[in-house]
Amino acid sequence: MNDPRTAILGRLRASGDSGPLPDLDTAVLERRQWPAAQRPAQLRKGMEAVHTEFLEATPADWPAVIRSFCEREGLKNLLYGPTSEAGSALAAAWPAGGPALKPYDRPVETFKEELFNGVDAGFTGTVGGVAETGGLLLMPGPAEPRLMSLVPPIHIALLRASTIHDTFWSAVKALGWGRALPPNALMISGPSKTADIEQTLAYGVHGPKRLIVVLVDDQA
Amino acid sequence: MNGTKPKRVYFYGTCLVDLFFPDAGMAGIQLLRRAGVEVVFPDGQTCCGQPAFNCGYFEEARDVARTQVALFPEDLPVILPSGSCAGMMKVHYPELFHGQPDEAKVRAFSARVYELTQFLVDVLDVKLKDLGEPVKVTWHSSCHAVRDLGLKGEPQALIGQLANVELAPLAREYECCGFGGTFAVRHPEISGAMVADKIADATATGASVVLSTDGGCLMNVNGALEAKRSQLKVQHIAEFLWERTRAR
Amino acid sequence: MHAENEVHFRDAAAKALLDPQLRANFRRAMDGLIAKRKAQFPDPRDLQDLRDLSTAIRSRSLLCLPELLEQLEASCAKNGIKVHWAETCEQANELILGLLEARGAKTMVKGKSMVSEEMHLNAFLEKHGIEALESDLGEYIIQQDGETPSHIIMPAIHKNKDQIARQFSQKIKDAKYTEDVDELTAMARKVLREKFLNADAGLSGVNFAVAETGTLCLVENEGNGRMSTHVPPIHIAVMGLEKVVARLEDAAPLYSILTRSATGQAVSTYFNLITGPRGEGEKDGPQEVHLVILDNGRSRIYADPQLRATLRCIRCGACMNHCPVYTRVGGHAYEAIYPGPIGKILTPQMEGVGVRHDLIHGSSLCGACGEVCPVEIPIPEILVRLRREATHEDLGSKVAGKGTGRTATEDWAWRLWAGVIKRPGLYRVATWFATRFGKALPANAPLIKNWTQSRTKPVPARRSLSERMRAEGVPHE
Repeated sequence: MNDPRTAILGRLRASGDSGPLPDLDTAVLERRQWPAAQRPAQLRKGMEAVHTEFLEATPADWPAVIRSFCEREGLKNLLYGPTSEAGSALAAAWPAGGPALKPYDRPVETFKEELFNGVDAGFTGTVGGVAETGGLLLMPGPAEPRLMSLVPPIHIALLRASTIHDTFWSAVKALGWGRALPPNALMISGPSKTADIEQTLAYGVHGPKRLIVVLVDDQA
Repeated sequence: MNGTKPKRVYFYGTCLVDLFFPDAGMAGIQLLRRAGVEVVFPDGQTCCGQPAFNCGYFEEARDVARTQVALFPEDLPVILPSGSCAGMMKVHYPELFHGQPDEAKVRAFSARVYELTQFLVDVLDVKLKDLGEPVKVTWHSSCHAVRDLGLKGEPQALIGQLANVELAPLAREYECCGFGGTFAVRHPEISGAMVADKIADATATGASVVLSTDGGCLMNVNGALEAKRSQLKVQHIAEFLWERTRAR
Repeated sequence: MHAENEVHFRDAAAKALLDPQLRANFRRAMDGLIAKRKAQFPDPRDLQDLRDLSTAIRSRSLLCLPELLEQLEASCAKNGIKVHWAETCEQANELILGLLEARGAKTMVKGKSMVSEEMHLNAFLEKHGIEALESDLGEYIIQQDGETPSHIIMPAIHKNKDQIARQFSQKIKDAKYTEDVDELTAMARKVLREKFLNADAGLSGVNFAVAETGTLCLVENEGNGRMSTHVPPIHIAVMGLEKVVARLEDAAPLYSILTRSATGQAVSTYFNLITGPRGEGEKDGPQEVHLVILDNGRSRIYADPQLRATLRCIRCGACMNHCPVYTRVGGHAYEAIYPGPIGKILTPQMEGVGVRHDLIHGSSLCGACGEVCPVEIPIPEILVRLRREATHEDLGSKVAGKGTGRTATEDWAWRLWAGVIKRPGLYRVATWFATRFGKALPANAPLIKNWTQSRTKPVPARRSLSERMRAEGVPHE
């Protein structure tokens, strides 16, 4: 008897000629375009429709915008990646006292309990956005662990307007994701939600209850 | 559609119209004749073969289909007062005869098939003058007319030409009435639930007549309305159009 | 096996139709989903172009299936994802059990996976002392009540919030009775967060597997999929062998048409791309990622050029949402893992067309499913083909159970029918009798009584159209 792999592939191969491959006409994807200046508004429209909140900021004042959000919301702490670009910039501009910056700098095994029960919000950067539907592109990794954008009840994400692509499809091509990907990459369009009870939307079912996008206007 | 309008056409009555709605067939023929078209009604018409085809009995369906195709040898349009049967002859005959020796002949026949309202609007571009009393109607679109044949509102366009007719939109017009040929007797409970909902939606329009282009749907909806002793009537669109526009 | 004995769907459907609450729950939900999908496709040309592209992508994937699966395996291996193959559900279950036992895992949290339903994985693991907990809210609700999904995307759609409120107040410790959806959701969150935190393993399905990059794409709104795949130390993904696509670029339009077709969302909350276990320097993510590729009859479906289209399916559920039969009877009446139109063609191909004969006939062939299918699976045509296979064993196909739905009665009936219909002389005699004496047929005669349980008996006209045409002398040929 063959092993399952050989048997399965053998059956598939025995299933006759493969025939010509149909062409892929991607015109419908290419038609989805916005001038760079309109992409932030288009992204906001899509994400606000699914309860994402936006804070407007400049390249200079975004750490202060985050700080005042944390103070306004009475957050005790904010989880951040101390070695990430966004994280270290935030830390450099973070005044002492008030909401504390909490570094995610240990393996999750020694940090799980605290991560689940002792963090008020997580802060991450993004590698881009998607205008068509609204969405943030994230590449978690050593400097910005995966669970930062998932476990804390609030996720604050930094998005630079200049990095917004037209569609997910065009972003995949522009970022070279189709060639190589880190162990995890993702698109996020809003806070965690469900409609499993009578088609009624409820937010914050497993992941963050709120998603705050700090939109940095760097296109001027 | 451009080009010269055909002077002669074939008419295919279909089995349900033949047996249950002959007035609709007659009306269809009259509408065509009034538009200046000579109508040829070949003798020997029976059924398009759809019931056997839908149940997977292709040999039996082909036997029947061959006898029917042979009745229409001339290169003339073939007009049917039924979306479902027209869909069978136009779309499913080529599948049924795929790889058969007479495939080419059947394909050529299928290319000439039209549903009646499609032909009246798209080819003949008929103009109707309403002579009837004010009435409110609703329209049930046959699944096969829309999905197999791709009707794009031709029946509604014809109804829209009638000045005294108000067309009340039917909720869930896209949804099947539950006929489905042998489905209605193989799964009578589901089929019955579907037609019950259909007549409830139709009744809610406040119309006095439900119009359709398909004998199967008409028989199904009519049977359910009668069982409920409803005041609402059904009528084939051809009969409705002819009655309202004929010189008295 | 005789088709006449196999009336499960008819019976189960008839029972479901008597439940007004169930019918109301489905009708409301399906009407809503139809409207939401429609709003996502305002431009018919864009919709058709996107369907054509999606169909072409899935067709290409199937044309190169063995090569893509090998490429996927190699890419995954390079990324540190271990690939396993299973011909049957039993093999897949044993494989997963082996992985869990080797690591001493006692609890597993699950993201939504229809393939794991196909495998009856939860029951299998429970039998071996491993807790498998569904974490998708809908799946959690039905697992708690000992039920199976009634919809592939919205598994608890058959329940309304009052029913769920009652259930939670009885089954969740210290839960109070509330019909507030936010509060109900918060209760489940509290229970499940604890489970995510402590689970020894996580399991997920796969929406698309990308051969070129070795990436598993997961579509979800809740975040339970990310929890299940990122928090526990081991992540096991299960997929049907058809789920592979060549490139990530191909997954993008499929993802777009999937969410729009399924729930009328332009985009899901998360589109999660998993390309490996915890990488060097990473502080979280599973230490191990395994991918189980399941056949379970798919390679047999693949062998048939027409039926192969079944495997294009991206599991959006739009065919269910638009099906007039599904809308009325709900998912459980199908007594199958996959309900609705896609289930009607998939289940008989997996389990045998004879034993599922009445399911194959449980369609009016209205075509609504084929019309909305994002990858243009000709579901009505395939249903007709399966009806044909069920009653004909000699067509040269590999269809499971072919010919086993055949009965002498049906064969004879169609032969008799064709014998009359193809002979105009006989047909003329038959219609003459029908028009003169059709009225006299008893309403409770066999078959007629099925018709008359909801309708009056159809009465033939006094003169047929043919007869009148002959009499009125319109030109004949």
